[in-house]
Amino acid sequence: MEALTGPLAKIGRGAVGALSGMGYAAMLLVESLYLAVWGWRLGQPLRLRAVFEQMRQVGVDALPIVCLLAFTVGIMLGIQFISALGEFGAQSQVVVAVAKSVTREFGALITAILVAGRSGSALAARIGSMTVSQEVDALAVIGINPVRYLVAPALIAMLIMLPLLTVFADAVAIFGAALYSAPALDVTPTAYMLQSMSLLDPGDIGQGLAKSAVFALLITLIGVSTGFSVSGGAEGVGRATTRAVVLSICWIIVADMIFSFFLNR
Amino acid sequence: MTTAAPLIEVEKLEAWYGKRRILNGVDFSVHAGEIRVIMGGSGSGKSTLLRHMLGLNRPLSGTVKLFGIDLAAASDREKLDVRKRIGVSFQGGALLTSMTVGDNVALPLRELTNLDEQTIRIMSRIKLEVVNLGGFQDLMPGQLSGGMIKRAALARAIVMDPRLLFFDEPSAGLDPVVSAELDELILRLRDALRMTIVVVTHELESAFKIADTITVLDQGDVLMTGTTAEVRAADNERIQDLLNRRPREIQVDADDYLRRLVGTSA
Repeated sequence: MEALTGPLAKIGRGAVGALSGMGYAAMLLVESLYLAVWGWRLGQPLRLRAVFEQMRQVGVDALPIVCLLAFTVGIMLGIQFISALGEFGAQSQVVVAVAKSVTREFGALITAILVAGRSGSALAARIGSMTVSQEVDALAVIGINPVRYLVAPALIAMLIMLPLLTVFADAVAIFGAALYSAPALDVTPTAYMLQSMSLLDPGDIGQGLAKSAVFALLITLIGVSTGFSVSGGAEGVGRATTRAVVLSICWIIVADMIFSFFLNR
Repeated sequence: MTTAAPLIEVEKLEAWYGKRRILNGVDFSVHAGEIRVIMGGSGSGKSTLLRHMLGLNRPLSGTVKLFGIDLAAASDREKLDVRKRIGVSFQGGALLTSMTVGDNVALPLRELTNLDEQTIRIMSRIKLEVVNLGGFQDLMPGQLSGGMIKRAALARAIVMDPRLLFFDEPSAGLDPVVSAELDELILRLRDALRMTIVVVTHELESAFKIADTITVLDQGDVLMTGTTAEVRAADNERIQDLLNRRPREIQVDADDYLRRLVGTSA
């Protein structure tokens, strides 16, 4: 009997844990947005300096690696589309295929996965080690709301910087594709870029931006909720960091699939 | 005995971790100006009691009032007002490792007051001088020794001039000389700044040196509260075991152990 109930109980515990984790993340979201807007009335003002510092860490510091990855992805898409569309004699459609797939899909996805690995893990590690060493408790007893001090600046910074990084990644990826594809299409890279821009409509960019805003929420909330839930010292911090990255990437891909389904039917 | 309302009032406080009961309806109060030591062995519930007094844990049953305000029922604004009037020195210091010692000490002033930066710097340097850490404001916490970390944490705890100061195991991990220095510092703070101080410790020597009154906790129960002399003279067996460092007898039922080991009810 136990052989049957054991796995069921495990699944049940996992489901309850997942639900409780989602509830906790939702609570953190509501509290940090509330404090970001009304905190000053409660003696808990959101410090712009902290937001700018987080924006630098999440956005500016990530520019080189986003640039490298987006450029590489752009070239890869150029190679694939020239090869695949060439089979049907539709090489001229490479420009629109790259532009749409980058702005609607790859720009946001690649940037979010990169930021999850970089900043989501850093958030989980920072808050996790602060939890373990009682720094979060110290903030609370000093009278500094840890959600206002640690979560709200990260959330606002992520919501601003991830969409900006996504637009940047879109441009770099299309540029990468232009450099590779322009000779094959017998146009200049500048002409390729101009044609890409003329083929894109605001909805294409908007789709990527909307996705990146949702990804920003997911990365931040998973990072901070995992960090606050750390127990078990340094080993626990390590586990939480890994968990935050894996969960973020999984949720980003699932959310992307749901978005794509509803926005491209 | 003072007739003024106590600064801390704990009534019938119960605490549980899962199915394990940690505090069994603890009653406890601390009046202004005293140094109260909460003493007990490991697992006695003293850290849990402290977390409830700091508002870090919410009571499942019973009340905890600081300055007459029930922390569980207080509004965010009331809680903030209470927190501005208390200071806490954590066992490991709990300094924010990402900022310098000076910034750590200045943190409550920067976040909770509208003072200008120059005043904040002056005030935090004064507090660092009080704990004999003048000139160390630019170091990072990782560059300090264990005793210095505790003193820096103390400087942060007193930077808002709190009326009520909590210490969690101030002597833990320190050599006897540094520990004695910290005890002297606690006494000096009470005399110079007229603070009410609550110290949670299991260090007997330190407890009897600094305490006006001692509350002895054992397995979630308050065994007694009294002066150092009263505690020394107590005829309670557990208190005497604690004072004389006699371990509790652990009785093992071999049959019960075997049953639990093999997981049968036979």
